Amino acid sequence: MAVINLNVNGKKQAVDVDPATPLLWVLREHLRLVGTKYGCGIGQCGACTIHVNGTAVRSCSLPVSAAQNREITTIEGLSESGEHPVQKAWLEHDVAQCGYCQTGQIMSAAALLRTNSNPTDAQIDTAMSGNICRCGTYLRIRDAIKTAAKQK
Amino acid sequence: MEKTKTTQSRRSFLKSSMLASGGLMISFSGLAKYTLDSEVSELLPAEQWNELTGYIKITPDNLIKILNPNPEFGQNVMTSLPMIAAEELDVDWQKVIVEMAPHDSVKLGPQFTGGSNSVRMYWRPLREAGAAARQMLREAAAQTWGVPVEEVTTKAGMLHHVKSGKSGTYGDFASKAAAIPVPTGVALKDVKSFNVVRTSRKNVEGLKIVTGKPLFSQDYTPDGTLIAMIEHPPAFGKKLKSFDATETLKMPGIKDVFTIKLYPDGFEQAGFDTRTFNDLVVVVGKTTWEVMNARKKLKVVWEQISETKEVIAGFRGKTEVVIPAELETSSTQYQKMAEYASKPSQQLRKDGDPETAFKNAAQILERTYNAPFLAHNCMEPMNFFAHVTDEKALLVGPLQAPGWSEPTLSKLLNLPADKIEIQMTRMGGGFGLRAYGHYMYEAATISKKVKAPIKLVYSREDDMTYGIYRPMYTATYRAALDANKNLIAFHVKGGGIPESPIHANRFPAGAVDNYLAESWAIPSNITIGAFRAPRSNFNAAAEQSFLDELAELMGKDPIDFRLELLKRAKENPVGKNNDYDADRYAGVLKLVKEKSGWNNPENKKYSRGVAAYFCHASYAAHVVDMVNKDGQPYVEQVFSAMDCGVVINPDAAANMVQGAIVDGIGNAFYGALTHKEGTPEQNNFNRYRIIRLREAPKKIEVHFVENDIDPTGLGEPPFPPVFGAVANALYKNTGKRFYNQPFINDLNEKNDRT
Repeated sequence: MAVINLNVNGKKQAVDVDPATPLLWVLREHLRLVGTKYGCGIGQCGACTIHVNGTAVRSCSLPVSAAQNREITTIEGLSESGEHPVQKAWLEHDVAQCGYCQTGQIMSAAALLRTNSNPTDAQIDTAMSGNICRCGTYLRIRDAIKTAAKQK
Repeated sequence: MEKTKTTQSRRSFLKSSMLASGGLMISFSGLAKYTLDSEVSELLPAEQWNELTGYIKITPDNLIKILNPNPEFGQNVMTSLPMIAAEELDVDWQKVIVEMAPHDSVKLGPQFTGGSNSVRMYWRPLREAGAAARQMLREAAAQTWGVPVEEVTTKAGMLHHVKSGKSGTYGDFASKAAAIPVPTGVALKDVKSFNVVRTSRKNVEGLKIVTGKPLFSQDYTPDGTLIAMIEHPPAFGKKLKSFDATETLKMPGIKDVFTIKLYPDGFEQAGFDTRTFNDLVVVVGKTTWEVMNARKKLKVVWEQISETKEVIAGFRGKTEVVIPAELETSSTQYQKMAEYASKPSQQLRKDGDPETAFKNAAQILERTYNAPFLAHNCMEPMNFFAHVTDEKALLVGPLQAPGWSEPTLSKLLNLPADKIEIQMTRMGGGFGLRAYGHYMYEAATISKKVKAPIKLVYSREDDMTYGIYRPMYTATYRAALDANKNLIAFHVKGGGIPESPIHANRFPAGAVDNYLAESWAIPSNITIGAFRAPRSNFNAAAEQSFLDELAELMGKDPIDFRLELLKRAKENPVGKNNDYDADRYAGVLKLVKEKSGWNNPENKKYSRGVAAYFCHASYAAHVVDMVNKDGQPYVEQVFSAMDCGVVINPDAAANMVQGAIVDGIGNAFYGALTHKEGTPEQNNFNRYRIIRLREAPKKIEVHFVENDIDPTGLGEPPFPPVFGAVANALYKNTGKRFYNQPFINDLNEKNDRT
């Protein structure tokens, strides 16, 4: 166990955990930020996507020790009230079916738009293909990203 | 037994989980109106709610709440079912608060998600509930105002008496109305006058979903909850022999390691009490990561099972099922299916004299189709919260069929049903898997044993290797043609491990004079369960591919050929038990033909495949347009025609059809769960390929046949024909027919050779 200093959604806090614990479980179980989801544990499905210094990262595969003193943003920090353009676009297109993967999808999309305000179809395909949606909402995800890009 | 339950604990669940997520209560100012109301409603004491029928509650301040009775797994019943009640109640939809009901089948009906039943099952009860509540409010107003009830009108949550100029809100009369006995036989609205149903309404939980609020039971871990994980045998056909937990118990955060039995010896299972592994090693600890780590230190010895027999008390009475001891391997499974296919089997249906017709045929087309086991792979792995004491039990989790599991749970816990409370959380997918209650029983048994609230969590690997798969199937189709290439006989013989896929009375039964359907099955220790459109999801692939090849052999357009058969089935049907409506079936084919521009020369640039199917109670037809992208066949666009009767929420319905098509394309190309000596060869998404965004079509156009037929269901019917349409497009694209799923295997083989 070790004390790890984290900066999550602009709030500095310390947790006392095994430094090898994936950030996902620290977020979910220690900080109770449950919007970040467990889907596979091996960085294959994207349900646990968060931002580390603005870049999309699979939190299930990032040891909490490696997240120390870096700027971590979870879905709760993107906008707790759903005001982020990506969240608004998701609502406009009524993307979700079961909804479980969508916070990860939104975090991947927000990271893409942060560095590329007008992505091509191919760029969207590349950026978003690490996020699985078993309900098959991919077409609406594409449309929502394009809507969000226009709003930015 | 008298059994009533309130929603009080559901509200406490939501309250505690919202508070756990931090600060939500005071930060919702920017949210949509309905959400504001719904958050406020959580804080109101129960007595403020006047209950009008089991589904509708209204406060004196005119907050109007409609309970969604049926489990939500992404089919959007949280929105569509309350819309049905709101329509007849005559309220402003924007102001309606929707709440998930707890399990209470006495008050709220069957509460079963599956079989494309949700809307079909609740269409009348919810309309009647809305109409009855509106009538109760009118009567309460009439009594108060001293006017005839016939003269009291409603509009959007208001009551009016035009002559006297009196008016009031529903809330003003809710208390009085609640005391009036619920009337029956109240006239329902004409479906043509609907203004909520048949209009597109956003998912009522959309905002909670995109902001990551705790909606799933994975997110529900009240203080003091311990985490439990289960070590199950690594292979089907194996069981626990012994274990050594010495090292596990030394790991940080670990509380206990022990074994449980899913069912006690001699327990008579109900129809949905699947038993994959009965003796399980349980590790209980403080956090998920600690338990996951400690599990790795377990030393478990597994041994091969011996052949056993299980008695299952299902819907059709008791059946004895043989569980063989073999450690199965996929290649051997296919060989065995081929052997069974050549043996005599059970005749399901026979029309005319198919034997003679085949004997006299000028030409016979015979093709065999195969498909592997499929894992459901819900994005939210299996989990359940349980808090069981000697007096009562609280279960919170993702469950499609609480009513089927509760009797078993009651027996396992030795608690009467009214001491068991089941809360159904929003499910991160279901696809049929969560109709089986084993993981809830496991959680309950563990909680009872450790005398504490626990959350049972499956890892992705646990989830994928636990069984309850879509079965492995095969079917051989034969068609006999006379010298003029007329279809004179049709034969289907199919089977699977461990069940047969064949629906004997489905199309083209009824359209061919001489018809034979036969079936067989091979017992297995690999467990199976419902998977989106059970059996149909294979039949549509096989049959619709076969009809495509047959049409080609007969020199006919594939849509026209089907329409000819359907014309025959309508005008002069063969046999009596044909389970489809030929007109509705033909209707979706005609609609997709028109909308896809089937005969438009501009579409020749695509490799086009068509397929249609009837299952459950609805009709689907798809045209799939394939191109090559990066050297691989890619479905670029799809046109879909559906007939599911009245569409409740059109845009959400289109979403579900689009999703079914993406799901179908993915499973057709990539889906497979294979075994080697009983061990699943895929245990996570690195080996089990799921369709990804870059492989999804650019466009899926969904068209609904417009009619006023009572809803006939939508979750499953669009899924099966996708497989056939993809296979038929692949033929156009590659010049080769695809008989074996997943198609990627034969595609890769083809690419290796060229």
